This record gives sequence, structure tokens and C-alpha cells, in this order.
Amino acid sequence: MIAYIVRRLLYAIPILIGVNLITFALFFVVNTPDDMARMQLGVKRVTQEAIDNWKAERGYDKPLLYNARARGSERLSDTIFFQKSVRLFVLDFGQADDRRDIAHEIRTRMWPSLAVALPVFLVGMAVNITFALLMAFFRATYIDFWGVVLCVALMSISTLFYIISGQFLVSKLWRLVPISGYDGGLDAVRFVILPVIIGVASGIGSGARWYRTIFLEEIGKDYVRTARAKGLAETTVLFRHVLKNAMIPILTGAVAAIPLLFLGSLLTESFFGIPGLGSYTIDAIGSQDFAVVRSMVFLGSVLYIVGLILTDISYTLADPRVRFE
Amino acid sequence: MIVVLWTDVLVWLLAAALAGYAWYVHRREHLAAPWRRVSQSASGMVALVVLVPYILVGLADSLHFRPRLETEPGANVAVHSVEVLSVLDLGLAPLRRNTERTYSEPFAARAYARETVELGSGRVAREFPRLRFGGAHLADEGERGRDIAARLARGAGLGLVAWLAGTLALVAALARGADAAYADTWRALWRGRTRAAWRALLVTAALVLAAAFATASLASGYHVLGTDKVGIDVLYLALKSVRTGLIIGALTTLVMLPFALLLGIMAGYFKGWVDDTIQYLYTTLNSIPGVLLIAAAVLMMQVYIDTRPELFPTSAQRADLRLLFLCIILGLTNWTGLARLLRGETLKLRELEFIQAAQAFGVGPARILTRHVLPNVMHLVIISLAMDFSGLVLAEAVLSYVGVGVDPSMISFGTMINAARLEIAREPMVWWVLAAAFIFMFALVLAANLFADAVRDAFDPRVRVGRAFAGKPA
Repeated sequence: MIAYIVRRLLYAIPILIGVNLITFALFFVVNTPDDMARMQLGVKRVTQEAIDNWKAERGYDKPLLYNARARGSERLSDTIFFQKSVRLFVLDFGQADDRRDIAHEIRTRMWPSLAVALPVFLVGMAVNITFALLMAFFRATYIDFWGVVLCVALMSISTLFYIISGQFLVSKLWRLVPISGYDGGLDAVRFVILPVIIGVASGIGSGARWYRTIFLEEIGKDYVRTARAKGLAETTVLFRHVLKNAMIPILTGAVAAIPLLFLGSLLTESFFGIPGLGSYTIDAIGSQDFAVVRSMVFLGSVLYIVGLILTDISYTLADPRVRFE
Repeated sequence: MIVVLWTDVLVWLLAAALAGYAWYVHRREHLAAPWRRVSQSASGMVALVVLVPYILVGLADSLHFRPRLETEPGANVAVHSVEVLSVLDLGLAPLRRNTERTYSEPFAARAYARETVELGSGRVAREFPRLRFGGAHLADEGERGRDIAARLARGAGLGLVAWLAGTLALVAALARGADAAYADTWRALWRGRTRAAWRALLVTAALVLAAAFATASLASGYHVLGTDKVGIDVLYLALKSVRTGLIIGALTTLVMLPFALLLGIMAGYFKGWVDDTIQYLYTTLNSIPGVLLIAAAVLMMQVYIDTRPELFPTSAQRADLRLLFLCIILGLTNWTGLARLLRGETLKLRELEFIQAAQAFGVGPARILTRHVLPNVMHLVIISLAMDFSGLVLAEAVLSYVGVGVDPSMISFGTMINAARLEIAREPMVWWVLAAAFIFMFALVLAANLFADAVRDAFDPRVRVGRAFAGKPA
């Protein structure tokens, strides 16, 4: 088991190197630091001096890959590639444009993100499975048909409309919860409850429909026929046999998503003013803070890869047919 | 002067390719069969009828030109406006020109907010002034309700007449094709006994035509969906948004297709190091969360465009290039899913007898891939193209909100929603811009989803098998 996990971790290294190279190419090769400086300082009427200052402040005034003027190992290490990209591997994200330490921001901001994303994830999964089971139980009847139609209709509504209409109805018209904001401790519940409800509602369409297909696939299998042949009631078959076996793909699929919950949701957080990583990213995009966006790209892929590894491990734990190979 | 935008060229290429594909399929029974199954699905046909007007609007909006400005008589040089218009703008010229000063409600004859009006002889009053265009033809405002009803009836009536003509033509064509009596064909059609779902198609067509003609008739005297902050007709904005949505949905798949096809099939067929490299490539790309990768790429593209203003003569051209880049970026981040599917399918195919026979005969790999593998994975390609479309239309709105979508000067659902989301918090509330974006987007995405489902059911062999099993036990 441990050997298996170590091997999976080793597989992750080349992928992270690839991600690193992609971000480096995207942020420093497509446009030179000069271009970025000119963009930030206003395209027209910007002096070379201002550009040089901007670059020096952020440490972009070094050669890209090879520093001919430095000595020894500094020839490779005193470059943009080493300082800005390779340092990401030790989770040294550097400074944002407002001089704050990005790593510190990430550490404090991931908790509000999690406070919204985790309930959305858990409640959403419970709700989706319930609806999907209901449709699977009434399969090939009008309930199932209209259930699927409803799912497709819900899927066809943009998340933006869920958020805007939810905010309008609950916060503005009925004045049940504050429209936006966040607070630590138990007070957070007041602020988190509406984003959670909206997050769950906007996911029902695609989620319930997806789980329904998983259940229907499971219902078509031979062991279900055997269970029915033994004379078990349809409800017993569905809840005892089908649900248990369908949970394997559902749970392992969910495990992959868990690490990414830390990143939060861009839309929800920016609409509700939750100081999480999602709104951090949106603000960085808005103010064109390249250092923050670059850090979030790298962090996102690290979390994704952690999710992949967890999925593989959970497969081997949940399904005895899968061996560590 | 005709302006050729990059996206226009690609849109018309795509349209030509689709027409060519339709002609090719039409003559080959085994390829036409799944499409015939699509035509038998009622929901698929309903969705198609809804999609067709969107596509027509999008195509009409993809022929651009710069109108010639009025010049002094005798001047030899023609001067062209910097404003780039499309054929659709010509058709909607009244809508485009009849702007108000600011917000007005749908069907309103008076403005939405009080303004100071001079009554002459120095007296001023605060009142809701009459609109410049909306309901301006009414001498007596009390007539407004009756006028709207009359226009509605006239438009819907015209629409139904057009529909009747179309229906009669269809019956005639069907009767001639089947060598049957007109009356029999007519009866079969209305009892739903035709193989293709003509009845569903005709009912939807009646609704769509009546709605379209009624809207056109109403729009000649009112702002059917109101006006926005600067007084532009919202119906015009919504119609112009259609092209952006369609382009994002269609061109992205066009960009993604070659990557997915080539890399997916090659990985599955050659195995070994080719497979390893391609798998590594898509795992790496996939591991970057989509929105973040798109955001990073769009930010960089923005820097590129903004620091080189000399490359773009008009703002429309700049916005267009940005749209094209957005499609390319979306395509580059989206091909991994399809490539993985194709790889898996090719892995299965290459072990089958007919491929091994081809290999034994000494057929080269290029020929095997194009002649034997490609046709057998096309159903996956068609299904995934259809399924991806609606998601991309939705993604455009979200990306534009985040600030990494289309150019802010380009009319799209995303920019409409973005501008309107603060208006709903305004007192008194302005709801119609948001409502218009919602209706147009919802209809488009819902139709695309339903059509994609019909396509999947018709093309996926597994669905048909699965359905036979999934039925309730007797």
C-alpha cells in the first residue's frame, strides 16, 4: 500500500513540472515583463525608467533562463525562471502587487472558502442522490420523464441567474439574511447559508441527472436480476443492493473534488463578498495581479493532483476488485 | 466597404463544412440512419425548430461591412464610417436607430424616471415625459392597450399564415414522396403517425413563427423588451448577443476537434511512447483548473492586444480578434475530455479483426487510421460536440462576468448580465434587461441541451442497449 502511494506521488512530479513550465511560458514568454509593465502603467506615455522601476520592484528585472553576469550556480538561480517558477515547488509564492505575502493570504483565505464550498458539496451530494434515487425508483414512468425534463431545464439556467435571483428574493425582498459579507465564528452561518442554498440549487440539474444514469446502469446488471429473482421487494433491491454498489463510482468521483474545495468558487464568493480564495482570484484578475494568478494556477493543479491520488487510493479501498498495481 | 472579420470567415467555413457533411451523409444510408433516428425524436425536433432562428440570426450577423459616409458631391474618395455593421443591423435598422434617452419599461409610452420638462413661459414641471419612439405614434395614450392587442393579433395572424403556407408545402412534398393522397398524408401528420416527428415540429414552428411575427409587428411601434441605461432597445441587444454565444459554442469545438481527433486516435493506436507523451500532455493540461487556466491565458492575450494597438484599425476588429483568441483558448483547454474518450475507443478498436486484417495486408498506419478507425469513432465526436455546445454558451456568460470573457464593447449575454446585475438593486428596479438575457439564453441553451440528448440517444449504441435493460421488470 505504501509503495503504491509513493509510486503515485512520484508520477505527480513530472505533471507538476509540466504545469510549472506551462505557467512560466504563459506568464513570461508570451509577453515580456516589459509588456506587462507597460500594460499596468498605462500603454501610452510611459517612460523606460518607470518600466524599469516596476520590474525591479517585483524582481522581474532578471534574465529569463540564464544569467550570464552572475557567478557559479547563481547563473541559473538568479533568473526569473528560478525565482518565480521553481520557487513555487516549495510553495513560496512571493508577494502580491500590494506587497502582501501570497502564501499568508492563501492560508487565511482558504477557511472562508471551505466554509461555503464544503456544505455545498455535502448537502448537494445528499440532495442529488435523493432526487436521482427517486427518479430511478420511478424509472420509465411520467415522474421519471418529467424529472429528467426538469433537470435539463435547471441545467440550462446560467449560474449567474441562480445567484442574482436568489440574492434578490431572499436578501432584498424577504430580508431573511444579509445580502453579502462574512464574519468569523458562529456568526458566519448567517452569511454562508444563502450561498450554500444557491450552490446546491444550481447543481441539482446536472448532478441528479448524472447520478440517475449511474443508478440506471447499475440496475441493468445481473446481480440486480438475481436479487429480484430471489423475490426481494423493489425497494430492498434499490436501497440495499443498487445504492451500495452505485456509491462506489459516486464516492470515488467525489473524492477527486474534495481538495479543490479549498479554492472556493469564483462566482459565489465575489457575489456574496466572502473573503475566500475565489474572490482573491477574481480581484487579482480584475487588477491584473499576475503574481497572484500564477500562484493560484499552480496551487489549483497541486490540489487537483492530490485529488487524483486520493481517488486512486479510495478506489483500492472501496472496491476489493481493484488491486494495487 | 466589406469588412472580413476572422470569426466571420470561420463561421462561414463551418457552415460550408456542415452543408458538405449533410450532403455526404444524405447519400450514404449507414451514415444517415442515426440522423433519421434524431428526426424521430419529438424533443429533438422541437429543439431544432428553436435553434434554427438562432442560427439564422447568427449567420446574418456574420456578414460585416462599413457603411459609406455621405460625402461632398464631386469628391472622388469614398469615406467609410469606422463603425462596422452587419447584415442583421440592416434588418434591424429601426431598432438600432430608435434609441431613447435612458431606461424605459417594455411597451412603455413614457419614460421610467421623472425628468424636468419646460412648459413654456419659464414654468418647469417634474413629470414622466413621452418617449421619442416607444408609443410615439399614439395620439391618445389611452389607446395603448388596444393598439398593442391589435398589433399582436396582426403579427400572430401573419405568422400563422406563413406557417400554414409552409405546412401545406410540407404536406405536398411528403405526399409526392410517398406517392400518397394529400388527405391521407395530412391525417397521418396530425395523428403523429409519420416516422419523423413532424407533428412536434409543426406545433413548435407555429408557436415560433407566431411569436416572431408578433414581436416584429410590436417592435415597429414599441420597445418590446424596454430600453437599457443609455436608451438602446434591449431586443436589439439580445439579438446581437446571439452571434457571440453561437460563435463561442461553435468555433471552440472547431478549434478543439483537430487536437482531440489526432492526438486521441494516435495515442490509442500507436500505444508505447506516443501514448505516454500524449497522456502526459493531457493530464498536465487537465490538472490546471479550467477557469484559472483560461483566466491566465486571457490576461496574457489582453496584454498582447493592449500593448499593440497599431495592429487593429477598428475596435470591432480588436474585439473580434479577442473573441477568436477566447475560442482558441477554450478549445485548447477543452480537447482533453474528447481525446481521452477517443483514445479509449481506439484502444478497443485496434484489437478487432478488421483492423488486424488490414495490418496483415500491409496497409499503412495513416490509411488504417483514416479509413478504418476514424469512421468508427465519429459517433463519439458528434455526441461530444453536441454535448459541449450548451456548456460553452453558459461559460461565456460566466467568463465575461469574471472579466476574462469577450471584449467589454462586444454585445453578448455575459456583458448584458454584467451590466444588468446592479440594476436589479436599483430603486425602482430595472428588471427587463436581465429578463431578456435570461429568456434568450435559456431558450438557446435548453434547445441545445435537448438536441444534444436526442443526438446522443440516436448515435450512442450503449444508450439503446441500456434502455432495453433499464425498463421496469414486467
